[in-house]
Amino acid sequence: MNKNYFEIIRAGINSTFQDLGRNHLYHIGIPFSGAMDNRNYLLANKLTGNNHNHPVIEFAYQGPHLKYYGSPINIAITGDVSFKIKKGDNLIDGKCYQSFILENNDELDIISTNKSVYGYLSISGTFDLKFQWSSCSTNTKANIGSNGGKKIGIGQKFSIKQINNDFSKKRLVYINSKIEKIRVLRGTNFNYFSDEAKKMFFEKEFTVSKLSDRMGMRLEGPKIENIIDTNIKSEGLVKGVIQITSDGNPIIMLSDHGTIGGYPKIGVIISADYDKLVQLPPGSRIRFQQVELSDAENLFKLYEMETQNLIYQIK
Amino acid sequence: MIKNISNLGDAALYCDFGKEVNRETNTQVIKYFKTIKKKSILGVNNITPSYNKLIISFDLKKINFNKLKKIIDNIEITKSNNIQNKKFEIPVCCEKEFSLDIKRLEEILKIKREKIYENFFEKEFFCYMTGFIAGMPFLGDLEENLRAKRLDTPRVKVPKGAIGLTEQFANIYTFESPGGWNIIGNTPLNIFDNSKEKEPNLINPGDLVIFKRITKEKYQNYHE
Repeated sequence: MNKNYFEIIRAGINSTFQDLGRNHLYHIGIPFSGAMDNRNYLLANKLTGNNHNHPVIEFAYQGPHLKYYGSPINIAITGDVSFKIKKGDNLIDGKCYQSFILENNDELDIISTNKSVYGYLSISGTFDLKFQWSSCSTNTKANIGSNGGKKIGIGQKFSIKQINNDFSKKRLVYINSKIEKIRVLRGTNFNYFSDEAKKMFFEKEFTVSKLSDRMGMRLEGPKIENIIDTNIKSEGLVKGVIQITSDGNPIIMLSDHGTIGGYPKIGVIISADYDKLVQLPPGSRIRFQQVELSDAENLFKLYEMETQNLIYQIK
Repeated sequence: MIKNISNLGDAALYCDFGKEVNRETNTQVIKYFKTIKKKSILGVNNITPSYNKLIISFDLKKINFNKLKKIIDNIEITKSNNIQNKKFEIPVCCEKEFSLDIKRLEEILKIKREKIYENFFEKEFFCYMTGFIAGMPFLGDLEENLRAKRLDTPRVKVPKGAIGLTEQFANIYTFESPGGWNIIGNTPLNIFDNSKEKEPNLINPGDLVIFKRITKEKYQNYHE
């Protein structure tokens, strides 16, 4: 074991290594993966002085409890997360969007995300990880990515190859805003649904189901009536696609989605709203709003500019 | 040829090659796939061929729908039929423990299992696409008499190596996953090897596949 390492005292619910994901593999059935909430992923890395595509630990709901051994290192957590840092007998309340120094024997207890799903832990160093298709991103269903394609487990030790020497305190004032409406473009099978169903889709509320994970988000609400066929010839999918299954419920494709699907596509979430969508925990209510392609493109430009502005604010 | 290009969300092109699912249409899809892949167009993230569609997803920071559509509209596809087909023989064991849905198929299709297997094993299949889960090949075409719908309720776990039938296609589950296809056997052969960075897939679109029945003994000793 390298002299600098983290030991996992509690693994949390779904803790995995993630980066920006991998491309050019859909045609053999390997999805994009990568951090679910791209903005919070980028901010976490910037807060510990890393370049943009640098492995972090992503956690969902309950995060990991880690113990650190080695020379001082900076850490930062992004999202809406409660965590504590234990230094000897001292218990410090952690704050998101700030860097903290961990020293030998310090512990980091990531208790939970608050009214959101994903959080990110970055370190001012490089985890010693094996990449697959030039990415650490872990897809636990297909066992692809670092750590043998598996979730981080209790008792595991992760050594750090290199620590960067920037120990300046970095911080950002940022609050994750709540989203009221998820904006959607019409899907390629929009006309498979009755007029009544199309109207309901944009007027009624849906609830995020417990059966949601990195592959997909299932929704419950009014049944969406299909008037043509509840199956299509299987074809490619992209993240954000909303399929309506045979039972009339929507399922939204998320970052680890199957690359091919055979249910009709009623809509696609616009890129600008993806980060906010994935942060909605089960039980959240959402409404869809229809927009046009040019609106979606402009909204993405705005979202991107906002993200870049936040990154520049971190000194 | 592409009949129509529309947008699938704000970051993907949806290229429609027509309603028909046959080898000619699929060969066109694969030709476009290979040509576009070779061009390495800036901003293109993924290209997914399927029976009669090609979906091209892109990075909205680098390119947009209209710009990429223009490039794809003007792409020249070689006329020659030069898809390289590889041929594979896949060993399959159909013992009771592996043929989970054979009884269901006998009932739905009203054909005895011996006849189902006879028809299945004499067929040469064509790989239309791979995906859904990593490396899963979609193989066609089954004769009309063997075509059945998916299970009403998909299984939560289909074992690795399972051979499934649905409608005009056969597939192979490359690892344990949920799924709704009618399972008739299991192969000991590794169809997807994620330790191989370069060609993790055994079977690729355009390849030809025949299945060969093996005994349980041979199945068990396959890796020795």
